Formats: sequence, C-alpha cells, structure tokens
Amino acid sequence: MMRHIISILMENEAGALSRVAGLFSARGYNIESLTVAPTEDPSLSRLTLVTRGSDEIIEQITKQLNKLIEVVKLIDLTDGPHVERELMLVKVKAMGHDERAEIDRLNDIFRGNIIDVTPKTYTIELTGTGDKLDALIVAIGADKILETVRSGVSGIARGEKSLSVK
Amino acid sequence: MELTGADIFARCLADEGVEYVFGYPGGAVLHIYDALYKQEAIEHVLVRHEQAATHAADGYARSTGKPGVVLVTSGPGATNAVTGIATAHMDSIPMVVFTGQVPTNMIGNDAFQEVDSIGITRPCVKHNFLVKDVKDLAETIKKAFYIATTGRPGPVVIDIPKDVTADKAEYHYPKKVSIRSYNPVTKGNPRQIKKAVELMLSAERPMVYTGGGVILGRGADSLTKLVKKLNYPITNTLMGLGGYPATDRQNLGMLGMHGTYEANMSMHHCDVLIAIGARFDDRVTGNIEKFCPTAKIVHVDIDPASIAKNVKVDVPIVGNVDSVLKDMLDVLKETKAKINKDALAIWWKQIEEWRSLDCLKFDQNSETIKPQYVVQQLYNVTKGDAFVTSDVGQHQMFAAQYYKFDKPYRWINSGGLGTMGFGLPAAMGAQFAHPDELVCCITGEGSIQMNIQELATCMQYGLPLKIINLNNRFLGMVRQWQEFFYQGRYSMSYMDSLPDFVKLAESYGHVGMKIENPADVEGALKEAMALKDRLVFMDFITDREENVYPMIPAGAGLNEMILV
Repeated sequence: MMRHIISILMENEAGALSRVAGLFSARGYNIESLTVAPTEDPSLSRLTLVTRGSDEIIEQITKQLNKLIEVVKLIDLTDGPHVERELMLVKVKAMGHDERAEIDRLNDIFRGNIIDVTPKTYTIELTGTGDKLDALIVAIGADKILETVRSGVSGIARGEKSLSVK
Repeated sequence: MELTGADIFARCLADEGVEYVFGYPGGAVLHIYDALYKQEAIEHVLVRHEQAATHAADGYARSTGKPGVVLVTSGPGATNAVTGIATAHMDSIPMVVFTGQVPTNMIGNDAFQEVDSIGITRPCVKHNFLVKDVKDLAETIKKAFYIATTGRPGPVVIDIPKDVTADKAEYHYPKKVSIRSYNPVTKGNPRQIKKAVELMLSAERPMVYTGGGVILGRGADSLTKLVKKLNYPITNTLMGLGGYPATDRQNLGMLGMHGTYEANMSMHHCDVLIAIGARFDDRVTGNIEKFCPTAKIVHVDIDPASIAKNVKVDVPIVGNVDSVLKDMLDVLKETKAKINKDALAIWWKQIEEWRSLDCLKFDQNSETIKPQYVVQQLYNVTKGDAFVTSDVGQHQMFAAQYYKFDKPYRWINSGGLGTMGFGLPAAMGAQFAHPDELVCCITGEGSIQMNIQELATCMQYGLPLKIINLNNRFLGMVRQWQEFFYQGRYSMSYMDSLPDFVKLAESYGHVGMKIENPADVEGALKEAMALKDRLVFMDFITDREENVYPMIPAGAGLNEMILV
C-alpha cells in the first residue's frame, strides 16, 4: 500500500470538488489529505490529494478521476522526483519564563515562526513535510498543545515538468 | 429576439432533433410545459410515474442508438427518476434528463418540493449541470447531448430552477461545443492493434467475448466480418446479444452465470481471449481467481477505466469498438501471419463436443407450461424479428437464452443495475421509436407489477405492445436461490394476492389472455400477434418451480457449472 500524491488540475466550478470526494467514497478509496485552491488562471483549481493503495488501485483511481468531466489533467507526483510541503499552525501553552524559552528554542530548531503571542500561549507556523510537522508535535508534547491545524499536502514536480493546460 | 428559458428549452430540443420527451409535469416545470404546449416539433409523452419516463427514454435510446430525453419536476419528480437514471448509467445508455428545481433564491431553504437533484444524481450520471443563468441554458443543453452521446455514453442530468425558465435571453443554439477537459478517444493505437492481431493469429484455442460496447459503438457489422474471417468461436454477454448473429454456427451463445456450457468451457480453456466492448462483470467472470487461467487477453474498450479494472490484460486498446475492429480487419489483410488452421480444427472439435451436451434442453412433454417453451415459441412465431424487452429475474434469463437475436438493438434489458419494472416502459420507448415494428415485453408477475400503471400510457398513445407474462406465482430467481442456498426456506418470495391480469388489462382497455395449457401456447401467441393494433397482455401460467440452468454458483469458476 504505497502512498501517492495525486495532483489534479480541474475546472474551478461549483460541485467539482464534491465529484472528486464522492468518487473516493463511492469506490471505497481513502483520502489521507486533500487541499484545493484556484490557480493563477482563475478558471482552474489545483487539487492535491494524498491516498494509499496498490498499483492496481492507484491506476483505477487515476483513470476514474480522469473520467470526471471537470478534470482537465492530473499527475501522480510520486511517479517522479517532487517536492511536497504542508503548513501547520499550532497553538501551545506558554506560561512562565522556562516554558516560553523552551518553546522558542524548539521553534528555532524547526525553523518555524511564532505568529501570535498571548500571556499564556504561543502560536507557531511551520512548513515542511508531514514527518517534520509530526516531529514538532512530538517535541512539544501533546499535553502542551491546545490545537493544531494542518493544510494537507501540497506538491509540485521537480525540474521543468509542469502541470498546466498549455 | 429574446426568449424565455422555457421557450429556449423547447427550441434547443427541436434543434437537437429530439422527437420525443418522456415526462410528467409539476410545479417547477410549469413554464416548460406551457412552452411545449405552444410548439409542435417535439411530442411529449405523458407517463404515469417518473421512473417509467426514464425507462421509456432508455428503451427509445437502446432501440435506436439515439439519446432518450426525459422531463420531470423537482423533488419527488427527480427522486422517482433516479432508478431509471442509475439503470441507464450502469448500461452506458445515452440520455438527457431535465429536472425542474425550485427558484434560485429558494435553493437551500428546504422549499416545497426541493431536493438536491445534483447531489442525489451525482454518483449515477456521466455528468450533471445546474443552470443558474438563462444565458447559459442553450449551451448547457448542447454540452449535455454532446457528453451523453460521445465516448462511453451515459445519462446527463440538467437541473433547471423555475426562475431560469421565466427569465429571458437571446436564443442561440451552438452547432458544436468543445470542452477542454473532455476529449474522448476515438481511434485505437495502431501499434497496439497490430500487436493484438499478431496475438490473435498466434492462438491455438481462441475465443471472442463481446459485450454491450459492440451495440453502443455500432460495431456489429465489423465484428461479424472479423469473426467470420477468422472462423473463431464467439460468445456474447447479456448486454451484447445481437452484436453477432445468434443463429450463426460460430456463436456459442451467452456466457456467464446462466450462460451456455460451451461458451463458459471455451472461455475457461482458451489460450487467447479477445474481449471487445465488454467489462469483465462479476456475472460473467464467476470467481475472478479462476477466470481464464491459460489465456492471454486482448481488451478493446472505449473507457480506459474498464481496462484492467477486474482482470489484467496483455494488449489493452482504448478506442471506439467499430473503428478498432475496422483497423483490425485492415491489419489482417496486410499481415503475413496465418491462422493456425490445424489447431483451430481441434479446438472446434472440442467445442462441438461441449455443445453436444445441449445444455439448454428442457422437458418438452411437461403438463405445465415451461417458461422456456413460451420464449421458444415466441421466437418461432415472431421469426426472431421482434424487439424484445425484459424485466429482471428468471424470465430475463430465459429470454436471453431462448430468443435468438440476429440483429443489434433488438434485445433491451437492464443488465447492470438489474431493475425490476424496466420492461414495460422500455417497450413503450422502443415502440415509439419503431411504430411499425413488433415490440414484445417478456416479464414476470413480480416485475410487471412494479410499473403496471403504464398500461394507461399504452392506452393513451395506442401502443400495441405484446406482454408475455411468465407467471409462476413466485419471485422466481429469489426462490431459485433460496432453494439452492437456503435449504428451501422461501422467505418472502411467494407472490400472494395476485390480480386477475386478464381483467386488469381489460380495465385499462387492452386485450387480456390467460394461457394454462402447453398445447395452447403457440396458438395464443399467433392470435395475439394478429391483433396488430392492440396491446395484448398474455398471462402464461407456468411451472411453479422451474429453475434457470445452467448455473455457476457464487465463488465457482466458469468450468464449474451446475447443468441440470
């Protein structure tokens, strides 16, 4: 059950996202994460989806996605070299000098940004691979975390290859 | 000049060449019905239930290859249509379904007769549209017909809010549309086709297996040419009957769960399988682990997602069936490779041995009417030339086994979804499309009651259908499975309190006949067929506990059939 990142260029129309999500639930495929937003061309959206499956299942997933009328193009980023990133925002307890210094230090190590501060909390912004985000959560410790928000994976192929309608 | 959305709707359909719209009015589509009242280009057929509207449009499409058109109101109109939409979707039937919707400013407010038609139909359509602006209406309708009829066909739903049908816009119906994200493949890859022909010619035990794609892709003539040229054995799926003449020696009949012994054994033992417009459905393959263990497989299909979905294939070809078959014929002309005639002779000898078992034989001296006998006699009396629709169950299998279809478009049944209640409305659609042809509906007393109200529609439009009701007072296929796999515990499969079908037919204004004796079957059929302008409901009281044989039980391979 390999992990795959499927990147989809599709018409930026109402209902397109629900077709993708509906296809996964109807056919019993799983979605680990999903992120979507319009591209530089506002008529198109780019959707990045992380899923797991055997080669046969991934082949079916890509074929079924391609059948959706609104899907313009798609690639499986994991077929070649690629970069993936995920954004996480974490709100943590930060009271007293020692605790605040410790969080600050961890934030530096992970090259995050502290983007909001209250007398009792810090909010950290961190970008990286899923592993890196997981590692920060472990380092801070579950007892100190008030909430986390993750964007889901975004990805792009390395090199000159690009996913576009041109 | 500006037209209302309702008038634009009517004009678009006329410009698209639509002959019939099958539908049922309601609040959200009143503007459209008013527009239909004022024009003469399109005939609207009033059914008695929206499910029947979709099946009738479906029957029209299956018997002509042209898209069927449906118009229903919002809410329950749309939900009633869903079964028919799903039926068409499973069998890839081109259809455009218009559903009314509450006005745009009311959408999402739980308004009267509001339902999320787009959401409900999404998983059972090829595509669907919600038209929010009257300016988009004409182009959306053009797109819908384009999508429904190209590539792998299928139903498309257009949801039109009531205010959009009252708003005005300039009318322009585009001659062509292109959709950047939708470019269905037509021609197959020439290199793959060459590879396929080489593999086909290398076969010692070849087998051709074809499905509904041959019918939908208008490939029957090319298929017949190719198979005749090769002298290879061929089998058709339930959806593919008529794609190759059933009475031809090379045709081994239907395959699969209730297929013939010779077709299934040839599938199991072949060394090269040529699958054309078929999708390796579970009713065809039996246990997939045991399917065609020694075969290399060529698979031609217009839908890339059908290829390698259930079975791994050696030479996949994505393309229109007819175009690929024609290319194969061309390659065959040029190639130096030859058919292995000696091996083929041995293979045919083996096949004839399997065929000599005569797996479809049944008791010809029975004192009760055998359902198989009725279908056989119907075939004889109609000279194999009728359009035949069926419902779902034992009678459907008997029809497929004993009515020999030599031409495409004549056999009309719900193969994928298996929808009871399909037969009568589908026959209506076929009769509208072919007013001078004989249209028969083979059904059972269970199925027919699921859309029996359509006898009124048949009266209103003078449709002279011939209904062959194989009445065994059981839900026969359920009873058969309960006999085989549930030790004869006939849970809810007994049909009690049946109506008097003769009186029922008569009360709708039709002719009713009840036939209880085998000796009367042929005469009754002839008498009914002679009533050319009347609908005749023939209630055949058949053997209660006849089973459909051969049968492949669940989990078994194609070579593990129960014969009798």
